[in-house]
Amino acid sequence: MSRSGTNPRAVPREPFATDAELRRFLHGLPGVDAVGLAARAAALGTRSIKTTAKAFALDLAVSMIDLTTLEGADTPGKVRSLCGKARLPDPSDPQCPRPAAVCVYPDLAATAKRALAGTGVKVAAVATAFPSGRADLDVRLADARAAVAAGADEVDMVIDRGAFLAGRYLEVFEQIRRVREAVAPQAHLKVILETGELLTYDAVRRASWLAMLAGADFIKTSTGKTGVNATPPVTLLMLQAVRDFREATGRQVGVKPAGGIRTAKDALKYLVLVNETAGDDWLSPEWFRFGASSLLNDLLMQRQKMATGAYSGPDYVTVD
Amino acid sequence: MDGMDAGMGKLFEYAPAPENPAAAGEIAASQGMFVDGEFAPAADGRVFGTLNPATEEQLAEVALGGEADVDRAVRAARAALPSWAALPGAERAKYLFRIARILQERSRELAVLETLDNGKPIRESRDVDLPLVAQHFFYHAGWADKLAYACPGRSPQSDRSGPDPRPVGVCGQIIPWNFPLMMLAWKVAPALACGNTVVLKPAETTPLTALRFAEVCRQAGLPRGVVNIVTGDGGTGAALAGHPDLDKVAFTGSTEVGREIARTLAGTGRRLSLELGGKGANIVFDDAPLDQAIEGIVDGIFFNQGQVCCAGSRLLVQESVEEEVLTALRRRMATLRVGDPLDKNTDVGAVNSAAQLARIEELAAAGEAEGAERWTDAGCELPRQGYWFAPTLFTGVGQSARIVREEVFGPVLAVQTFRTPDEAVQKANNTPYGLSAGVWTSDGARALDVSGRLRAGVVWANTFNRFDAASPFGGFKESGYGREGGRQGLKEYLSV
Repeated sequence: MSRSGTNPRAVPREPFATDAELRRFLHGLPGVDAVGLAARAAALGTRSIKTTAKAFALDLAVSMIDLTTLEGADTPGKVRSLCGKARLPDPSDPQCPRPAAVCVYPDLAATAKRALAGTGVKVAAVATAFPSGRADLDVRLADARAAVAAGADEVDMVIDRGAFLAGRYLEVFEQIRRVREAVAPQAHLKVILETGELLTYDAVRRASWLAMLAGADFIKTSTGKTGVNATPPVTLLMLQAVRDFREATGRQVGVKPAGGIRTAKDALKYLVLVNETAGDDWLSPEWFRFGASSLLNDLLMQRQKMATGAYSGPDYVTVD
Repeated sequence: MDGMDAGMGKLFEYAPAPENPAAAGEIAASQGMFVDGEFAPAADGRVFGTLNPATEEQLAEVALGGEADVDRAVRAARAALPSWAALPGAERAKYLFRIARILQERSRELAVLETLDNGKPIRESRDVDLPLVAQHFFYHAGWADKLAYACPGRSPQSDRSGPDPRPVGVCGQIIPWNFPLMMLAWKVAPALACGNTVVLKPAETTPLTALRFAEVCRQAGLPRGVVNIVTGDGGTGAALAGHPDLDKVAFTGSTEVGREIARTLAGTGRRLSLELGGKGANIVFDDAPLDQAIEGIVDGIFFNQGQVCCAGSRLLVQESVEEEVLTALRRRMATLRVGDPLDKNTDVGAVNSAAQLARIEELAAAGEAEGAERWTDAGCELPRQGYWFAPTLFTGVGQSARIVREEVFGPVLAVQTFRTPDEAVQKANNTPYGLSAGVWTSDGARALDVSGRLRAGVVWANTFNRFDAASPFGGFKESGYGREGGRQGLKEYLSV
């Protein structure tokens, strides 16, 4: 659709000179009624996905996974094992799609890169002093550059929640822009808002727009390292934000809920949110991802159930 | 829309997910009315058919009550009154709690039956109607032994006749077809809690869940005659409303019929409460939470196919966000799934009857004839069989247009704009009705100011079509008088 010059939601032109300028824009975005948002997410959660629709959605969900291991105890062996899983998710079914990416810490990106060679599965690395983001900008930039140098196709950065909540929007904007400069064009940039620390939905909408304005290729809910991770309402809100952002600017941005999505049933609910909010253009691994680890095995068990009519059990999928 | 909006639901199409119609239990081909604890045919043996509006297939043949049947039912209710009214409140509460629990236990069965007979989506009968029906009985069960506290300023000790206010007596209750079981609950639960006995007449097109409710009453061991259900048509309703041995009449339905009943009862001393039509205004200010406002607009007018007396059938949108709101609304309307009411993914089901469909079509045609611009989603396909009307938007509508003045009772939204809060309030109030209104703004002060100036029985702020047994519901002006729900609703059934 066309946007007229008098549109109240006209996106300001860069560069932003002051916090106030950014603040005026971000605080002029429509507010979010928390009760209504939760009600809409819950209503969409009652969609009944059966038979052909379920088969389609299970495969799609598998192909959207960023298969993740982000433990202090990670080793090259563990990462290689996970990459083996990405290469062949279900040994009993070679038709099973591969996940979109394997997501690791930067020091293991090179290991993952080698292990995934020729699979088409991307390597994503979390960087910028993940998960807290509490380091000098130079350190964070170096972290991001190291990830790209090690072969990461995608960099998942965290925003400075402290600066954001203090209203230092320009600072956050500049930091995202700098990280993007450091990783582009070799790598895509996913910006983690850590919605569990932003607390209000209004803040999530503003952070989404701030990240998109600063050049994010993806906006991502969470690190998975805080108490509250991805939720359906927060994901719904971010889907509304990317939809509106594309209408306003013509640029499409992806969405990645991460943390806490463990079951196929949950994943299908998220796909319904995508389907009925952002629409067909976001229903691909290029524009929607799940940051998850145990989700894959539940999806595989559901796929097997659809193929054979019976639940096989947890020992019929590989634990890596 | 241009190529940018690539569409919704084309890639990920939901396979049919139909609820099993057999879950409604056996629907007897021929059903009698419920009088004095027994099911019986009409005295003169007359019957009428009730259809599934989604298929036009007959579900059952039901007894068509005449004057003799109404009289028998009123006499049964009169006979049951003294012992029911004399029961301690806590004892009456036990029956109501038992009914509420049985309704919950049998909610799937009742939801499917409701959808079959009414045409509403199973998602709504399952997630909205049935939970509210049970809640109404639970809520009023709680009041039954606390009636002395129901009337402010009246202490329990000051009543010489005993600790509790007394019931009104025998109540004739006439309900509409849009929420058959919910309207039954709104009428029967408070009446019983207060110690009244009732004769209820369900709508001609939706008698089945009321008759199933009669089974629930039997299952709960409710004494015979306390609840009587006389099925029939408008003539049956008129016979009930005019019966001289009633103490009160409660009616929910059209303003036209409400007027007739008011004329019948004038000067008789019998009590009357009326819940009639509406033409609710949903007011969207430019600082509204827009995504939620869109949901509220959709809930306001497409919930239950718009066959809701408190529907937000007029959208008043601030001029500065008109284009933004309408674009988003059209996009959202394109995602509405219209079709088989039993499919768990259906958002908009069938219109209840051929007569109602004709009425909606007539008013929509009038909207066009009067120069308004009509829009429906081009991709909306309607089933061939049954009564269907696509969700429809009218823009460029003047205050004098029939679709702004008259209740359509269908999925038809008339959109108007305003520039200032005063203009919004003026337009919203400029209707003979006054049942509901909605205000959408992120400014709490504005929400309070505007809602205080709206002449409507219910004003929702940043939500729409929310119901709760504890919240009184009723109208201003031609939308009727009396309240249902909450403490205010109890007063309709108490003699103080």
